[in-house]
Amino acid sequence: MALDDAFEAREFKVVGTRPIRPDGIDKVTGRARFGADASASGMLHGAILRSPHPHARITSIDTSRAESHPSVKAIVTRDDFAKELSGEDWNVLENVMAGERVLYDGHAVAAIAATSVLAAKEALALIDVVYDPLPFVTDVDEAMRPDAPVVREGVADESVPEGMNPNVVRYHENGHGDVDIGFAKADLVIEKTFKTEAAHQGYIEPHACLAQLGADGNGELWCCTQGHFVAARICARLLGIDASQLRVTASEIGGGFGGKTTVFIEPVALALSRKSNRPVKIVMSREEVFRATGPTSSASMDVKIGMRKDGRITAAEGEFRLQGGAFPNAPMEFAAMAAFAPYDLEHVRSKGWDVLCNRPKQAAYRAPGSPMGAFAVESVIDELCNKLGLDPIEVRIQNGSKEGSRAAFGPRFKRIGLIETLEAARAHPHYRAPLKPGQGRGLSCGFWFNHSGETSVTLSLSYDGTVSLAVGTPDIGGSRASMCQMAAEELGIPFDRVRTTIADTGSLGYNDVSHGSRVTYASGLATIKAARDTIQKCCARAAEEWGIDPEAVVWEDGCAKPSGHNAGDFEPMSLAEIAANMGDTGGPISGHFEATPTGAGVSFATHIVDAEVDRETGAAKVTRYTVVQDAGKAIHPSYVEGQFQGGAVQGIGWALNEEYVYGDDGRLQNAGFLDYRIPVASDLPFIDTVIVEVPNPGHPYGVRGVGETSICPPLAAIANAVSNAAGVRMTHLPMSPPRLLKAMQEAGIG
Amino acid sequence: MEYVAPNSLDKAAEIAANARGSVRYLAGGTDVLVQLRSGLHQPSLVIDLKRIPGMLDVVRTADGGWKIGAATPATTLNAIKELRQSWPGIVEAAELIGSTQIQGRASLAGNLCNGSPAADTVPAMLAAGATVTIVGANAERKTLSIDDIVKAPGQTHLKPRDIVASINLPARSQKGADAYLRFIPRTEMDIAVVGCAVNMSLDGETVSEASVALGAVAPTVVLVPEAAECLLGTRLEDEAMENLSMSCRAACNPIDDKRGTVEFRISIAGVLAQRAARTAYQRARERQ
Ligand SMILES: Cc1cc2nc3c(=O)[nH]c(=O)nc-3n(C[C@H](O)[C@H](O)[C@H](O)COP(=O)(O)OP(=O)(O)OC[C@H]3O[C@@H](n4cnc5c(N)ncnc54)[C@H](O)[C@@H]3O)c2cc1C
Repeated sequence: MALDDAFEAREFKVVGTRPIRPDGIDKVTGRARFGADASASGMLHGAILRSPHPHARITSIDTSRAESHPSVKAIVTRDDFAKELSGEDWNVLENVMAGERVLYDGHAVAAIAATSVLAAKEALALIDVVYDPLPFVTDVDEAMRPDAPVVREGVADESVPEGMNPNVVRYHENGHGDVDIGFAKADLVIEKTFKTEAAHQGYIEPHACLAQLGADGNGELWCCTQGHFVAARICARLLGIDASQLRVTASEIGGGFGGKTTVFIEPVALALSRKSNRPVKIVMSREEVFRATGPTSSASMDVKIGMRKDGRITAAEGEFRLQGGAFPNAPMEFAAMAAFAPYDLEHVRSKGWDVLCNRPKQAAYRAPGSPMGAFAVESVIDELCNKLGLDPIEVRIQNGSKEGSRAAFGPRFKRIGLIETLEAARAHPHYRAPLKPGQGRGLSCGFWFNHSGETSVTLSLSYDGTVSLAVGTPDIGGSRASMCQMAAEELGIPFDRVRTTIADTGSLGYNDVSHGSRVTYASGLATIKAARDTIQKCCARAAEEWGIDPEAVVWEDGCAKPSGHNAGDFEPMSLAEIAANMGDTGGPISGHFEATPTGAGVSFATHIVDAEVDRETGAAKVTRYTVVQDAGKAIHPSYVEGQFQGGAVQGIGWALNEEYVYGDDGRLQNAGFLDYRIPVASDLPFIDTVIVEVPNPGHPYGVRGVGETSICPPLAAIANAVSNAAGVRMTHLPMSPPRLLKAMQEAGIG
Repeated sequence: MEYVAPNSLDKAAEIAANARGSVRYLAGGTDVLVQLRSGLHQPSLVIDLKRIPGMLDVVRTADGGWKIGAATPATTLNAIKELRQSWPGIVEAAELIGSTQIQGRASLAGNLCNGSPAADTVPAMLAAGATVTIVGANAERKTLSIDDIVKAPGQTHLKPRDIVASINLPARSQKGADAYLRFIPRTEMDIAVVGCAVNMSLDGETVSEASVALGAVAPTVVLVPEAAECLLGTRLEDEAMENLSMSCRAACNPIDDKRGTVEFRISIAGVLAQRAARTAYQRARERQ
């Protein structure tokens, strides 16, 4: 039996089928418990006071009036959190509760726990904060100017060249070859500047938690999060307690998309609980979600690409400037690394700049950095194809990365499926379908690295032969179904004999967050291995019973069977039989696996989009959309398709209407779903999907993560479609009607 | 906060007159509840009008017009075939409000009294020449035009204790029709960036009467008589359409905000006016 991570081709029985998700009934009947569904006796309600200024010194905070409010039981400020933190811990704390200065509109400055939500909100108005407003900057290009207001001094690391504004905090560079030589060989070189605005993950469930922390440092936290182990670790540091003393349980989660990989209200609720000695619940309003949780970065980018008349790219160069709010770590290196990954280039150079602005701390959003980079690069390729009269798919196939290609960011690719996605796109009827007048077609490729991360899984048998699987990665995309399928596949039992639970931090080893498209890959791999561990133990029990060598027992169709020269000597022993007797044959049986796997396979996609533009109003509508993506192996194809469609839909929002709008006062103008326009159902066409399966050599079943790659091509594919329909190249997202109409008017179109 | 649901208009007027502190009337509540939640208004008394007989009814008047109870939701309007035939523009404006769920509650009177310059039904009511019956402090009735009521964003000329009893639509001439169009970046669940209503009557193929109203391009919904003038005596020939756009654009006094720029709103006003005029014209011709 193979016990390593390597891919092995096989016939599947359960994997690749589409069983009904085990959490489905709970969700449609309202039984599922989300973040705000928890309560405890004696519970208080927390509310957070937030800065109305984009940047100001906090001169004083006087809580005495609020303290005398009869319903108020505790008030916390920065003084109530750990001192002497550094690095990212300090950044997270500073974001969770401001220290000396507020750094963006919505930055938390104090919090109250009171006996009701209304009282807590009312008492916020009784906290007297004196601010000394400071100059601010919210645009990435402006923030880089030498004379721009400085968000924070001393943040820059050694990568940043001397003499830049202190807002520029990190620099990254990658590539190979000599782009000057490459550009000299081109028949056509196009260089353009692009901008994308900050988009919010837009999850339906606002952040919510219920916290209980005693003066002894012993606590419980219930929260909606993509990673409760990480939440426990960060909260423990921010509160100065031991991580193992804080048991964190992940609620059902109403979407995260990367935005729930960190903490916002959880440390505040814990601090209020510690101070009041009562459980404290905090539920964010939608406005707070917009103002104070992470949107993605906004970006400003220059891309230059040279092409020969025959379509060969001779050189490519890009510069990617991303702001991530008032804190470092905007994902500029991911933008710079992913942007050219689909292409096998001899000469390529890519630079990234991480810039501070007076905006909320960016949080991960599906493939952070990659969609923006792809937008810039794939727009220039589209323009080159248009100008040289070349087919955009043929050009991409001609230049596309394959197994052995050297990625712009360094390594050589193992087995990958980009070309297969392009070929499937070319063969799809969408690609040849005629366009109506006023419509345009756009195409784009996209790339994401995919991640693995610390993973720990335990699989236990029950006496009745059913299986309980404990994983530590919150289910954000139907992963419990996929885990049940992989366990059932290995054990040779039906899907519904397995129940997967997201175990709390007291019940399982450390697990990284559900991010980086890692769950089906890493928790899946660990599930397979925990099942194999269980099988080995079951085989040993059978061998003991039969009095034969454990090596002489094989596992087939859910049964231990004697093999080799013992073959046929004994009746096969089923999992249920072994489980029924486990108490007497050596005790409980459970399998376990823990590791930080290393074989997460990268993933590529190709999207085709048709769009229609109203030349009188600038309204753009996506009329047809096809996603083609390499999934390695689709464990549950419906959820893979769901990920493909979800990425496309979020991409449509980001490309057409979603944006953080800041006023001249530095305040967010559209902190709500009315004016932060995610697409509604009637804005969308049916999103067609094609699953390509080029196995990942680093997973036993060939799985590649699929959750993020699907949002990498849409910005570019939609921009290409809209630009082709409008007759003018759109370089600034979102292509909202005012922006599109203006671009057409300036180009004399319409 | 106190909540009452009186069962007659006079009772409601009396409660309002005797109330201390601020009063909010509640029709469908699709503005009121949102405003309460966001803390924009904190009234000491909420008077629910939906229990008052007639407030949810639509009746045909003797002269062939319509009397629409002030709390009648959009879905009720849409279900009345004759109303849809006489005032398709008003009904389609009401049918644009929010979503199916919102339309189950949202009323014309609420839309008007909320005072938004972007309110969808107000341009249509203004172009239609609708009137409003009001119950004042001493239970006296008076009738005002829509124009008498709109004042500024979030404000109306109604007195704090005035209650709208009904919205009244005139009888529709045999050869007339109206249309309302709005521009929004999405397909629903949005606020008009520009709205335009056109109401007209034909004499043969020629426009004999017209009115044009614009929303979201000025501090209030505005009637644009110069634009209506451009349509009179025409069959919507290109030149008339061009003039219509120009007069509508000239009537705009919009602001730059998160929903649209000044220049965008001005451009779109001209486009929507033409499109709404064509639809109204087409409908009027089909009625003949
Ligand atoms: C999700 C959503 C989407 C929306 N979309 C749109 C849209 O697309 N277009 C649009 O125009 N609006 C929209 N609205 C706003 C709202 O639905 C409309 O303004 C609606 O017409 C209000 O009617 P109502 O009956 O709910 O009014 P209410 O909320 O009950 O009242 C609105 C205002 O009018 C006053 N009032 C109500 N009735 C009377 C009366 N008889 N006499 C005196 N004063 C009165 C109230 O005190 C209040 O100030 C939306 C609202 C929501 C929540």
